[in-house]
Amino acid sequence: MRRTLLRYLPLLLLAIVWELAARFELVSNTALPPLTDVIRSWVELLLDGELLTNSVSSLYRIGAGLGLSIVVGAVLGIAMAWWKPVNVLIAPIVEVFYPVPKSALIPVTVIWLGYGDGSKILLIFLGCMVPVTIGAFNGARASEQVLVWSARSMGASKLRVLWDVVVPGAMPELLNGIRTAVALSFILLVSSELIVAQKGFGFLIGSLGAGGSYSAMYAVVLTVAFLGFAADRVYLQITKRTLAWRD
Amino acid sequence: MPENAQIVVEQVSHMYRPARGREVLALDQVSLTVQNREFVALLGPSGCGKSTLLYLIGGFLPVEKGAIRVDGQNVGGPGPDRGIVFQHFALFPWKTVRGNILYGLERQGMAKDERENRAQDFIEMVGLSGFEDSFPSQLSGGMRQRCAIARTLAFDPKILLMDEPFGALDAQTRGLMQRELLAIWQRTPKTVIFVTHDVQEAVYLADRVAVMSARPGRIKTIVDTKFDKNDLDIFKNKFFVEKVDEIWNLVKDEAIKAQGKRA
Repeated sequence: MRRTLLRYLPLLLLAIVWELAARFELVSNTALPPLTDVIRSWVELLLDGELLTNSVSSLYRIGAGLGLSIVVGAVLGIAMAWWKPVNVLIAPIVEVFYPVPKSALIPVTVIWLGYGDGSKILLIFLGCMVPVTIGAFNGARASEQVLVWSARSMGASKLRVLWDVVVPGAMPELLNGIRTAVALSFILLVSSELIVAQKGFGFLIGSLGAGGSYSAMYAVVLTVAFLGFAADRVYLQITKRTLAWRD
Repeated sequence: MPENAQIVVEQVSHMYRPARGREVLALDQVSLTVQNREFVALLGPSGCGKSTLLYLIGGFLPVEKGAIRVDGQNVGGPGPDRGIVFQHFALFPWKTVRGNILYGLERQGMAKDERENRAQDFIEMVGLSGFEDSFPSQLSGGMRQRCAIARTLAFDPKILLMDEPFGALDAQTRGLMQRELLAIWQRTPKTVIFVTHDVQEAVYLADRVAVMSARPGRIKTIVDTKFDKNDLDIFKNKFFVEKVDEIWNLVKDEAIKAQGKRA
Protein backbone atom coordinates (compact mmCIF):
# COMPACT_ATOMS: atom_id res chain seq x y z
CA MET A 1 0.00 0.00 0.00
CA ARG A 2 2.72 2.45 1.03
CA ARG A 3 4.73 1.55 -2.05
CA THR A 4 1.69 2.16 -4.25
CA LEU A 5 1.20 5.58 -2.65
CA LEU A 6 4.85 6.43 -3.16
CA ARG A 7 4.63 5.31 -6.77
CA TYR A 8 1.88 7.81 -7.49
CA LEU A 9 3.51 10.63 -5.54
CA PRO A 10 4.57 12.42 -8.76
CA LEU A 11 0.86 12.81 -9.59
CA LEU A 12 0.36 14.69 -6.35
CA LEU A 13 3.30 16.93 -7.25
CA LEU A 14 1.76 17.55 -10.66
CA ALA A 15 -1.55 18.49 -8.98
CA ILE A 16 0.22 20.97 -6.71
CA VAL A 17 2.09 22.53 -9.60
CA TRP A 18 -1.22 22.78 -11.51
CA GLU A 19 -2.99 24.46 -8.59
CA LEU A 20 -0.17 26.95 -7.98
CA ALA A 21 0.35 27.77 -11.64
CA ALA A 22 -3.35 28.55 -12.03
CA ARG A 23 -3.77 30.38 -8.72
CA PHE A 24 -0.85 32.71 -9.40
CA GLU A 25 -2.05 33.11 -12.99
CA LEU A 26 1.18 31.86 -14.53
CA VAL A 27 -1.22 30.48 -17.15
CA SER A 28 -4.58 31.94 -18.08
CA ASN A 29 -7.50 30.51 -16.10
CA THR A 30 -9.44 29.94 -19.31
CA ALA A 31 -6.74 27.55 -20.46
CA LEU A 32 -6.21 25.97 -17.05
CA PRO A 33 -8.63 26.64 -14.20
CA PRO A 34 -7.26 25.91 -10.71
CA LEU A 35 -7.58 22.25 -9.70
CA THR A 36 -9.68 23.14 -6.64
CA ASP A 37 -12.22 24.84 -8.94
CA VAL A 38 -12.28 21.75 -11.10
CA ILE A 39 -12.98 19.60 -8.06
CA ARG A 40 -15.79 21.94 -6.96
CA SER A 41 -17.35 21.72 -10.43
CA TRP A 42 -17.02 17.95 -10.33
CA VAL A 43 -19.02 17.80 -7.07
CA GLU A 44 -21.70 20.07 -8.58
CA LEU A 45 -21.96 17.91 -11.69
CA LEU A 46 -22.29 14.86 -9.50
CA LEU A 47 -24.98 16.42 -7.28
CA ASP A 48 -27.22 17.62 -10.12
CA GLY A 49 -27.05 14.14 -11.67
CA GLU A 50 -25.59 15.33 -14.95
CA LEU A 51 -22.39 13.34 -14.56
CA LEU A 52 -24.23 10.18 -13.61
CA THR A 53 -26.72 10.10 -16.50
CA ASN A 54 -23.99 10.77 -19.03
CA SER A 55 -21.69 8.18 -17.39
CA VAL A 56 -24.39 5.55 -17.61
CA SER A 57 -24.93 6.06 -21.31
CA SER A 58 -21.18 6.15 -22.05
CA LEU A 59 -20.44 3.05 -20.00
CA TYR A 60 -23.31 1.23 -21.68
CA ARG A 61 -21.83 2.04 -25.10
CA ILE A 62 -18.35 0.92 -24.07
CA GLY A 63 -19.63 -2.21 -22.37
CA ALA A 64 -21.71 -3.29 -25.36
CA GLY A 65 -19.13 -2.38 -28.03
CA LEU A 66 -16.18 -3.85 -26.17
CA GLY A 67 -18.06 -6.97 -25.09
CA LEU A 68 -19.15 -7.70 -28.66
CA SER A 69 -15.68 -7.05 -30.05
CA ILE A 70 -14.08 -9.44 -27.53
CA VAL A 71 -16.47 -12.29 -28.29
CA VAL A 72 -16.45 -11.87 -32.07
CA GLY A 73 -12.73 -11.01 -32.28
CA ALA A 74 -11.62 -13.96 -30.17
CA VAL A 75 -13.73 -16.43 -32.15
CA LEU A 76 -12.64 -14.94 -35.45
CA GLY A 77 -8.92 -14.89 -34.60
CA ILE A 78 -8.87 -18.46 -33.33
CA ALA A 79 -10.91 -19.65 -36.31
CA MET A 80 -8.42 -17.95 -38.64
CA ALA A 81 -5.53 -19.78 -36.99
CA TRP A 82 -7.33 -23.11 -36.96
CA TRP A 83 -9.06 -23.28 -40.35
CA LYS A 84 -7.05 -22.21 -43.35
CA PRO A 85 -10.11 -21.22 -45.46
CA VAL A 86 -11.25 -18.78 -42.77
CA ASN A 87 -7.80 -17.25 -42.79
CA VAL A 88 -7.76 -16.93 -46.57
CA LEU A 89 -11.13 -15.20 -46.45
CA ILE A 90 -10.64 -12.90 -43.46
CA ALA A 91 -6.91 -12.09 -43.31
CA PRO A 92 -6.86 -9.62 -46.24
CA ILE A 93 -9.88 -7.79 -44.81
CA VAL A 94 -8.21 -7.45 -41.41
CA GLU A 95 -4.95 -6.32 -43.05
CA VAL A 96 -6.64 -3.56 -45.01
CA PHE A 97 -8.88 -2.52 -42.14
CA TYR A 98 -6.02 -2.50 -39.60
CA PRO A 99 -4.40 0.86 -40.54
CA VAL A 100 -7.69 2.68 -41.15
CA PRO A 101 -8.07 5.44 -38.54
CA LYS A 102 -11.25 4.23 -36.91
CA SER A 103 -12.36 7.76 -36.09
CA ALA A 104 -12.84 8.24 -39.84
CA LEU A 105 -15.76 5.84 -39.52
CA ILE A 106 -17.66 8.09 -37.12
CA PRO A 107 -19.77 9.77 -39.84
CA VAL A 108 -20.29 6.43 -41.55
CA THR A 109 -21.67 4.76 -38.45
CA VAL A 110 -23.92 7.78 -37.85
CA ILE A 111 -25.37 7.49 -41.36
CA TRP A 112 -26.04 3.81 -40.74
CA LEU A 113 -27.38 3.89 -37.21
CA GLY A 114 -28.17 7.49 -36.33
CA TYR A 115 -27.15 9.75 -33.46
CA GLY A 116 -27.89 7.39 -30.59
CA ASP A 117 -26.18 4.45 -28.91
CA GLY A 118 -26.13 2.23 -31.99
CA SER A 119 -23.55 4.21 -33.96
CA LYS A 120 -21.17 4.45 -30.95
CA ILE A 121 -21.47 0.77 -30.17
CA LEU A 122 -20.84 -0.16 -33.80
CA LEU A 123 -17.78 2.10 -33.98
CA ILE A 124 -16.27 0.72 -30.76
CA PHE A 125 -17.09 -2.82 -31.88
CA LEU A 126 -15.39 -2.38 -35.27
CA GLY A 127 -12.34 -0.60 -33.88
CA CYS A 128 -11.75 -2.89 -30.92
CA MET A 129 -12.31 -6.07 -32.88
CA VAL A 130 -9.03 -5.51 -34.77
CA PRO A 131 -6.54 -5.83 -31.86
CA VAL A 132 -8.62 -8.64 -30.31
CA THR A 133 -8.68 -10.61 -33.56
CA ILE A 134 -4.96 -10.14 -34.16
CA GLY A 135 -4.12 -11.14 -30.57
CA ALA A 136 -6.26 -14.27 -30.73
CA PHE A 137 -4.85 -15.18 -34.15
CA ASN A 138 -1.20 -14.79 -33.12
CA GLY A 139 -1.76 -16.65 -29.87
CA ALA A 140 -3.62 -19.54 -31.47
CA ARG A 141 -1.21 -19.81 -34.39
CA ALA A 142 1.74 -20.21 -32.02
CA SER A 143 0.20 -23.16 -30.22
CA GLU A 144 2.95 -25.68 -29.65
CA GLN A 145 3.00 -28.74 -31.85
CA VAL A 146 4.12 -31.03 -29.02
CA LEU A 147 1.20 -29.94 -26.82
CA VAL A 148 -1.24 -30.68 -29.61
CA TRP A 149 0.40 -34.06 -30.17
CA SER A 150 0.37 -34.85 -26.45
CA ALA A 151 -3.34 -34.15 -26.22
CA ARG A 152 -4.04 -36.20 -29.34
CA SER A 153 -2.08 -39.17 -27.98
CA MET A 154 -4.14 -39.01 -24.79
CA GLY A 155 -7.29 -39.50 -26.80
CA ALA A 156 -8.43 -35.91 -27.45
CA SER A 157 -10.38 -35.32 -30.67
CA LYS A 158 -9.31 -32.47 -32.95
CA LEU A 159 -12.11 -30.25 -31.67
CA ARG A 160 -11.16 -31.07 -28.11
CA VAL A 161 -7.58 -30.05 -28.90
CA LEU A 162 -8.89 -26.70 -30.12
CA TRP A 163 -10.68 -26.09 -26.84
CA ASP A 164 -8.15 -27.70 -24.46
CA VAL A 165 -4.84 -26.68 -26.03
CA VAL A 166 -5.22 -23.96 -28.65
CA VAL A 167 -7.56 -21.67 -26.71
CA PRO A 168 -5.64 -21.65 -23.39
CA GLY A 169 -2.38 -21.35 -25.32
CA ALA A 170 -3.73 -18.30 -27.13
CA MET A 171 -4.80 -16.68 -23.86
CA PRO A 172 -1.70 -14.52 -23.12
CA GLU A 173 -1.69 -12.93 -26.60
CA LEU A 174 -5.47 -12.62 -26.62
CA LEU A 175 -5.50 -10.85 -23.25
CA ASN A 176 -2.83 -8.48 -24.55
CA GLY A 177 -4.99 -7.66 -27.56
CA ILE A 178 -7.97 -7.03 -25.31
CA ARG A 179 -5.92 -4.60 -23.23
CA THR A 180 -5.23 -2.56 -26.35
CA ALA A 181 -8.93 -2.76 -27.17
CA VAL A 182 -9.91 -1.41 -23.74
CA ALA A 183 -7.74 1.68 -24.24
CA LEU A 184 -8.98 2.11 -27.80
CA SER A 185 -12.62 1.85 -26.70
CA PHE A 186 -12.28 5.00 -24.57
CA ILE A 187 -10.67 6.91 -27.44
CA LEU A 188 -13.42 5.92 -29.86
CA LEU A 189 -16.18 6.56 -27.34
CA VAL A 190 -15.16 10.10 -26.49
CA SER A 191 -14.27 11.14 -30.02
CA SER A 192 -17.55 9.87 -31.44
CA GLU A 193 -19.54 11.54 -28.66
CA LEU A 194 -17.66 14.79 -29.19
CA ILE A 195 -18.68 14.90 -32.83
CA VAL A 196 -22.28 13.73 -32.81
CA ALA A 197 -24.16 12.84 -29.64
CA GLN A 198 -26.83 14.03 -27.23
CA LYS A 199 -25.47 12.14 -24.24
CA GLY A 200 -22.21 10.80 -22.88
CA PHE A 201 -18.82 12.01 -21.69
CA GLY A 202 -17.79 13.39 -25.06
CA PHE A 203 -21.05 15.27 -25.45
CA LEU A 204 -20.68 16.71 -21.95
CA ILE A 205 -17.09 17.80 -22.57
CA GLY A 206 -18.09 19.42 -25.86
CA SER A 207 -21.13 21.26 -24.57
CA LEU A 208 -19.46 22.47 -21.36
CA GLY A 209 -16.47 23.70 -23.37
CA ALA A 210 -18.70 25.47 -25.89
CA GLY A 211 -20.61 27.10 -23.01
CA GLY A 212 -17.41 28.39 -21.42
CA SER A 213 -17.66 26.26 -18.25
CA TYR A 214 -14.04 25.29 -18.41
CA SER A 215 -13.60 23.99 -14.88
CA ALA A 216 -16.61 21.70 -15.37
CA MET A 217 -15.20 20.59 -18.70
CA TYR A 218 -11.91 19.70 -17.02
CA ALA A 219 -13.85 17.79 -14.36
CA VAL A 220 -15.35 15.55 -17.02
CA VAL A 221 -12.00 15.12 -18.82
CA LEU A 222 -10.40 14.02 -15.54
CA THR A 223 -13.28 11.65 -14.86
CA VAL A 224 -12.78 9.95 -18.22
CA ALA A 225 -9.03 9.80 -17.67
CA PHE A 226 -9.54 8.21 -14.27
CA LEU A 227 -12.05 5.68 -15.60
CA GLY A 228 -9.66 4.69 -18.37
CA PHE A 229 -6.85 4.27 -15.89
CA ALA A 230 -9.01 2.30 -13.45
CA ALA A 231 -10.25 0.02 -16.24
CA ASP A 232 -6.68 -0.75 -17.24
CA ARG A 233 -5.62 -1.51 -13.65
CA VAL A 234 -8.60 -3.78 -13.03
CA TYR A 235 -7.92 -5.46 -16.34
CA LEU A 236 -4.28 -6.08 -15.41
CA GLN A 237 -5.38 -7.72 -12.16
CA ILE A 238 -7.75 -10.00 -14.05
CA THR A 239 -4.98 -10.89 -16.48
CA LYS A 240 -2.58 -11.64 -13.67
CA ARG A 241 -5.04 -14.01 -12.08
CA THR A 242 -5.93 -15.73 -15.36
CA LEU A 243 -2.28 -16.23 -16.25
CA ALA A 244 -1.13 -17.28 -12.78
CA TRP A 245 0.34 -20.40 -14.37
CA ARG A 246 2.95 -18.39 -16.22
CA ASP A 247 5.29 -17.92 -13.28
CA MET B 1 8.24 -62.20 -39.07
CA PRO B 2 7.51 -63.32 -35.46
CA GLU B 3 3.84 -63.63 -34.60
CA ASN B 4 3.88 -61.66 -31.36
CA ALA B 5 5.74 -58.66 -32.75
CA GLN B 6 3.94 -55.60 -31.49
CA ILE B 7 5.41 -52.91 -33.68
CA VAL B 8 6.38 -53.61 -37.26
CA VAL B 9 8.06 -50.92 -39.34
CA GLU B 10 8.34 -52.02 -42.94
CA GLN B 11 10.41 -50.28 -45.61
CA VAL B 12 9.43 -46.82 -44.38
CA SER B 13 10.83 -43.79 -46.19
CA HIS B 14 10.04 -40.24 -45.25
CA MET B 15 10.78 -36.90 -46.88
CA TYR B 16 11.35 -33.94 -44.61
CA ARG B 17 10.02 -30.76 -46.24
CA PRO B 18 11.23 -27.61 -44.53
CA ALA B 19 9.25 -24.40 -45.02
CA ARG B 20 12.27 -23.08 -46.90
CA GLY B 21 15.13 -24.88 -48.59
CA ARG B 22 15.16 -28.20 -50.37
CA GLU B 23 13.58 -31.37 -49.08
CA VAL B 24 15.68 -34.01 -47.38
CA LEU B 25 15.27 -37.77 -47.28
CA ALA B 26 14.92 -38.15 -43.51
CA LEU B 27 14.33 -41.90 -43.51
CA ASP B 28 15.34 -44.33 -46.23
CA GLN B 29 13.65 -47.74 -46.28
CA VAL B 30 13.78 -48.34 -42.55
CA SER B 31 12.55 -51.63 -41.18
CA LEU B 32 12.32 -52.53 -37.51
CA THR B 33 10.41 -55.07 -35.47
CA VAL B 34 9.80 -54.57 -31.78
CA GLN B 35 8.50 -57.34 -29.59
CA ASN B 36 5.84 -57.00 -26.95
CA ARG B 37 7.39 -55.56 -23.74
CA GLU B 38 10.72 -55.00 -25.35
CA PHE B 39 12.81 -51.90 -24.66
CA VAL B 40 14.45 -50.66 -27.85
CA ALA B 41 16.68 -47.61 -28.11
CA LEU B 42 17.03 -45.64 -31.34
CA LEU B 43 20.52 -44.19 -31.30
CA GLY B 44 22.21 -41.87 -33.75
CA PRO B 45 23.63 -38.42 -34.43
CA SER B 46 21.25 -35.48 -34.75
CA GLY B 47 19.57 -35.41 -38.12
CA CYS B 48 19.50 -39.20 -38.54
CA GLY B 49 15.71 -39.24 -38.45
CA LYS B 50 15.35 -41.11 -35.16
CA SER B 51 12.72 -38.69 -33.84
CA THR B 52 10.96 -38.73 -37.21
CA LEU B 53 10.67 -42.50 -36.96
CA LEU B 54 9.24 -42.15 -33.46
CA TYR B 55 6.66 -39.57 -34.62
CA LEU B 56 5.66 -41.85 -37.49
CA ILE B 57 5.06 -44.73 -35.07
CA GLY B 58 3.15 -42.32 -32.85
CA GLY B 59 0.90 -41.43 -35.78
CA PHE B 60 1.80 -37.74 -35.60
CA LEU B 61 3.24 -37.74 -39.12
CA PRO B 62 1.62 -39.51 -42.05
CA VAL B 63 3.30 -42.69 -43.34
CA GLU B 64 3.92 -41.87 -46.98
CA LYS B 65 5.98 -44.84 -48.07
CA GLY B 66 6.11 -48.28 -46.49
CA ALA B 67 3.94 -49.42 -43.60
CA ILE B 68 3.84 -49.26 -39.82
CA ARG B 69 1.68 -51.71 -37.94
CA VAL B 70 0.91 -51.78 -34.24
CA ASP B 71 -0.73 -54.99 -33.05
CA GLY B 72 -1.37 -55.86 -36.67
CA GLN B 73 -3.22 -52.59 -37.40
CA ASN B 74 -1.86 -49.94 -39.74
CA VAL B 75 -1.10 -46.72 -37.89
CA GLY B 76 -3.52 -44.01 -39.04
CA GLY B 77 -3.09 -41.36 -36.36
CA PRO B 78 -2.24 -40.84 -32.70
CA GLY B 79 -3.99 -42.96 -30.11
CA PRO B 80 -3.91 -43.72 -26.40
CA ASP B 81 -2.33 -47.12 -27.04
CA ARG B 82 0.89 -45.22 -27.72
CA GLY B 83 1.88 -42.74 -25.02
CA ILE B 84 4.64 -40.25 -25.75
CA VAL B 85 7.14 -38.36 -23.59
CA PHE B 86 8.97 -35.44 -25.18
CA GLN B 87 12.38 -33.95 -24.46
CA HIS B 88 10.88 -30.64 -23.38
CA PHE B 89 8.14 -32.29 -21.33
CA ALA B 90 5.19 -30.83 -23.28
CA LEU B 91 3.17 -30.38 -20.10
CA PHE B 92 0.12 -28.14 -20.35
CA PRO B 93 1.54 -25.02 -18.68
CA TRP B 94 -1.93 -23.83 -17.60
CA LYS B 95 -2.68 -27.04 -15.75
CA THR B 96 -1.29 -28.08 -12.38
CA VAL B 97 0.64 -31.32 -11.87
CA ARG B 98 -2.63 -33.00 -10.94
CA GLY B 99 -4.50 -31.40 -13.83
CA ASN B 100 -1.89 -32.60 -16.30
CA ILE B 101 -2.03 -36.17 -15.04
CA LEU B 102 -5.83 -36.14 -14.92
CA TYR B 103 -6.15 -34.97 -18.52
CA GLY B 104 -5.52 -38.32 -20.20
CA LEU B 105 -7.79 -40.09 -17.71
CA GLU B 106 -10.59 -37.61 -18.43
CA ARG B 107 -10.21 -38.23 -22.14
CA GLN B 108 -10.50 -41.96 -21.51
CA GLY B 109 -13.79 -41.30 -19.77
CA MET B 110 -12.70 -42.66 -16.41
CA ALA B 111 -15.08 -41.98 -13.50
CA LYS B 112 -14.18 -39.02 -11.30
CA ASP B 113 -13.30 -40.85 -8.08
CA GLU B 114 -11.33 -43.46 -9.93
CA ARG B 115 -9.27 -40.96 -11.89
CA GLU B 116 -8.57 -38.80 -8.83
CA ASN B 117 -7.24 -41.87 -7.02
CA ARG B 118 -5.25 -43.02 -9.98
CA ALA B 119 -3.70 -39.57 -10.49
CA GLN B 120 -2.70 -39.49 -6.82
CA ASP B 121 -1.09 -42.93 -7.09
CA PHE B 122 1.03 -41.81 -10.01
CA ILE B 123 1.95 -38.52 -8.36
CA GLU B 124 3.26 -40.55 -5.44
CA MET B 125 5.00 -43.05 -7.68
CA VAL B 126 7.11 -40.34 -9.32
CA GLY B 127 7.73 -38.59 -6.01
CA LEU B 128 5.72 -35.42 -6.63
CA SER B 129 3.62 -35.56 -3.46
CA GLY B 130 3.19 -32.05 -2.13
CA PHE B 131 3.43 -30.57 -5.63
CA GLU B 132 -0.03 -31.62 -6.83
CA ASP B 133 -1.18 -28.02 -7.18
CA SER B 134 2.04 -26.58 -8.59
CA PHE B 135 2.18 -25.37 -12.16
CA PRO B 136 4.94 -26.72 -14.42
CA SER B 137 6.67 -23.32 -14.40
CA GLN B 138 7.18 -23.75 -10.65
CA LEU B 139 8.97 -27.09 -10.99
CA SER B 140 12.57 -28.05 -11.79
CA GLY B 141 13.38 -29.80 -15.07
CA GLY B 142 13.60 -33.20 -13.43
CA MET B 143 10.25 -32.73 -11.68
CA ARG B 144 8.61 -31.63 -14.92
CA GLN B 145 9.82 -34.73 -16.68
CA ARG B 146 8.67 -36.93 -13.82
CA CYS B 147 5.26 -35.29 -14.12
CA ALA B 148 5.25 -35.87 -17.90
CA ILE B 149 6.16 -39.53 -17.43
CA ALA B 150 3.46 -39.94 -14.77
CA ARG B 151 0.94 -38.29 -17.10
CA THR B 152 1.74 -40.77 -19.85
CA LEU B 153 1.94 -43.87 -17.63
CA ALA B 154 -1.31 -42.98 -15.86
CA PHE B 155 -3.54 -43.68 -18.86
CA ASP B 156 -1.72 -47.00 -19.27
CA PRO B 157 -0.62 -47.07 -22.90
CA LYS B 158 0.69 -50.40 -24.12
CA ILE B 159 3.55 -48.66 -25.86
CA LEU B 160 5.74 -45.91 -24.51
CA LEU B 161 7.44 -43.63 -27.04
CA MET B 162 10.20 -41.51 -25.54
CA ASP B 163 11.86 -38.72 -27.50
CA GLU B 164 15.18 -37.94 -25.76
CA PRO B 165 13.23 -37.61 -22.51
CA PHE B 166 16.29 -36.90 -20.37
CA GLY B 167 18.17 -34.77 -22.90
CA ALA B 168 17.23 -31.49 -21.26
CA LEU B 169 18.25 -32.52 -17.75
CA ASP B 170 21.54 -32.05 -15.92
CA ALA B 171 23.83 -35.09 -15.58
CA GLN B 172 22.90 -36.00 -12.00
CA THR B 173 19.17 -35.74 -12.56
CA ARG B 174 19.52 -37.71 -15.78
CA GLY B 175 21.24 -40.56 -13.94
CA LEU B 176 18.50 -40.66 -11.31
CA MET B 177 15.74 -40.56 -13.89
CA GLN B 178 17.30 -43.39 -15.89
CA ARG B 179 17.34 -45.59 -12.82
CA GLU B 180 13.74 -44.63 -11.99
CA LEU B 181 12.56 -45.37 -15.51
CA LEU B 182 14.22 -48.76 -15.44
CA ALA B 183 12.61 -49.56 -12.08
CA ILE B 184 9.18 -48.49 -13.34
CA TRP B 185 9.61 -50.51 -16.51
CA GLN B 186 10.64 -53.61 -14.56
CA ARG B 187 7.54 -53.29 -12.37
CA THR B 188 5.08 -52.59 -15.20
CA PRO B 189 6.70 -53.84 -18.38
CA LYS B 190 5.66 -51.97 -21.51
CA THR B 191 6.96 -51.85 -25.01
CA VAL B 192 9.33 -48.90 -25.06
CA ILE B 193 10.97 -47.10 -27.95
CA PHE B 194 13.51 -44.68 -26.59
CA VAL B 195 15.23 -42.10 -28.79
CA THR B 196 18.62 -40.88 -27.60
CA HIS B 197 22.07 -39.85 -28.78
CA ASP B 198 23.68 -40.95 -25.52
CA VAL B 199 25.40 -44.33 -25.98
CA GLN B 200 25.67 -45.16 -22.26
CA GLU B 201 22.03 -44.32 -21.71
CA ALA B 202 20.99 -46.56 -24.60
CA VAL B 203 23.07 -49.53 -23.42
CA TYR B 204 21.98 -49.07 -19.81
CA LEU B 205 18.25 -48.91 -20.53
CA ALA B 206 17.55 -50.94 -23.66
CA ASP B 207 17.29 -54.62 -24.55
CA ARG B 208 18.38 -53.75 -28.07
CA VAL B 209 19.98 -50.67 -29.52
CA ALA B 210 19.21 -49.72 -33.12
CA VAL B 211 22.15 -47.68 -34.37
CA MET B 212 21.10 -45.24 -37.07
CA SER B 213 23.11 -43.51 -39.76
CA ALA B 214 22.49 -40.00 -41.01
CA ARG B 215 21.53 -38.53 -44.39
CA PRO B 216 19.65 -40.50 -45.37
CA GLY B 217 18.47 -42.00 -42.09
CA ARG B 218 18.89 -45.75 -42.04
CA ILE B 219 19.19 -48.39 -39.39
CA LYS B 220 22.81 -49.43 -39.60
CA THR B 221 22.91 -52.25 -37.06
CA ILE B 222 20.93 -53.55 -34.15
CA VAL B 223 22.99 -54.53 -31.13
CA ASP B 224 21.73 -56.84 -28.41
CA THR B 225 22.21 -55.21 -25.00
CA LYS B 226 20.04 -57.43 -22.83
CA PHE B 227 21.73 -58.21 -19.48
CA ASP B 228 21.23 -57.68 -15.77
CA LYS B 229 20.60 -53.95 -15.36
CA ASN B 230 20.21 -54.11 -11.60
CA ASP B 231 23.93 -54.53 -10.96
CA LEU B 232 24.89 -51.47 -8.90
CA ASP B 233 28.33 -51.40 -10.48
CA ILE B 234 26.92 -51.75 -13.94
CA PHE B 235 28.94 -48.88 -15.39
CA LYS B 236 32.14 -50.78 -14.49
CA ASN B 237 30.77 -54.13 -15.63
CA LYS B 238 32.97 -55.59 -18.38
CA PHE B 239 30.03 -56.49 -20.59
CA PHE B 240 28.56 -53.03 -20.27
CA VAL B 241 31.86 -51.32 -21.04
CA GLU B 242 32.42 -53.49 -24.09
CA LYS B 243 28.93 -52.85 -25.44
CA VAL B 244 29.32 -49.11 -24.98
CA ASP B 245 32.65 -49.30 -26.74
CA GLU B 246 31.29 -51.36 -29.61
CA ILE B 247 28.33 -49.06 -30.19
CA TRP B 248 30.38 -45.94 -29.68
CA ASN B 249 32.65 -47.02 -32.55
CA LEU B 250 29.61 -47.54 -34.77
CA VAL B 251 28.19 -44.14 -33.90
CA LYS B 252 31.45 -42.26 -34.13
CA ASP B 253 31.79 -42.89 -37.86
CA GLU B 254 28.26 -41.60 -38.36
CA ALA B 255 28.81 -38.55 -36.25
CA ILE B 256 31.99 -37.68 -38.14
CA LYS B 257 30.22 -38.28 -41.44
CA ALA B 258 27.30 -36.09 -40.38
CA GLN B 259 29.64 -33.30 -39.31
CA GLY B 260 31.64 -33.52 -42.52
CA LYS B 261 28.56 -33.39 -44.70
CA ARG B 262 27.22 -30.39 -42.92
CA ALA B 263 30.45 -28.38 -43.22
